[in-house]
Amino acid sequence: MKTIWLPLGFIALIGLLAAGLRLNPREVPSPLIGKPAPHFELPLLHEPDKRFTQRDMLGKVWVLNVWASWCPPCLVEHPVVTELAGSVPVIGLNYKDAREDALPWLKRNGDPYQFSVYDAAGRIAIDYGVYGVPETYVIDQKGVIRYKHIGPLTREVAQTRLRTLVKELDGGG
Amino acid sequence: MAAARVLLLWLACVAALAAESPGLEKRTAALAHELRCLVCQNQTLADSNAPLAVDLRNQIREQLAAGKSEQDVLDFMVARYGEFVLYRPPLRAATLALWIGPFVFLALGVWLLARRLARRRAAEPELSGAERERAAKLLE
Repeated sequence: MKTIWLPLGFIALIGLLAAGLRLNPREVPSPLIGKPAPHFELPLLHEPDKRFTQRDMLGKVWVLNVWASWCPPCLVEHPVVTELAGSVPVIGLNYKDAREDALPWLKRNGDPYQFSVYDAAGRIAIDYGVYGVPETYVIDQKGVIRYKHIGPLTREVAQTRLRTLVKELDGGG
Repeated sequence: MAAARVLLLWLACVAALAAESPGLEKRTAALAHELRCLVCQNQTLADSNAPLAVDLRNQIREQLAAGKSEQDVLDFMVARYGEFVLYRPPLRAATLALWIGPFVFLALGVWLLARRLARRRAAEPELSGAERERAAKLLE
């Protein structure tokens, strides 16, 4: 009896630990999914006199991408964001950055965004639960957050998750 | 005379401010110790020097100064970052294993120990009458 239970318990423990190792502790489920996108009104990065609020996008499916010129992973995901911007409107949220750094960064690497809003203090990002730039949100026609990706977008995630979801929302909405 | 009165008033104001802000700092620090910094996940907001932790500590201080309660601030954080930010997660179905797990393991350990002790006692050899007599003789 003992000879069965000991190895069995050991295997169960190994299984538990193996499952734990496969989880990514950085992927914290966002409580914002299924909730209306928090309200903001921010100046544009390129035109400080103009302001944008998330309400301006009501009726459209769109992607909000949080980025900064000081964030290396943002540069890594930049080609993927650029590709994505071909099929869905992508608006940038420039996070805790300086205009004199952010604008040249876009010039150097290309600007896939319809436009970027400028959140120098990072206040709005807190409302969106941002903790690791880059982060990407899919927001539907009713202004509800449907998906959030933390960290650099990969081609795989953009293809399988974002584009399928956008297509689904566009078709169903 | 007037100058002295102004000085006195000013001193009173400074004293009042100083008396108020340590309380605020204490409350801010107490809350920061309850919240997880999501940038470096095993640190509290109080321990972390990540820029986001600094911003969030400022948020806590501002909200408390504006008259919000501790619970309001916790709710604010949970609404944005989820219950993962709480170092003391609430007791509910999803966190049940977290709360009672240690006690289950403790009970399991106690049970295994009790069983082993009982078995050892049972295994102690019983002496027959003749053996007992022989042992008594040897011990004399």
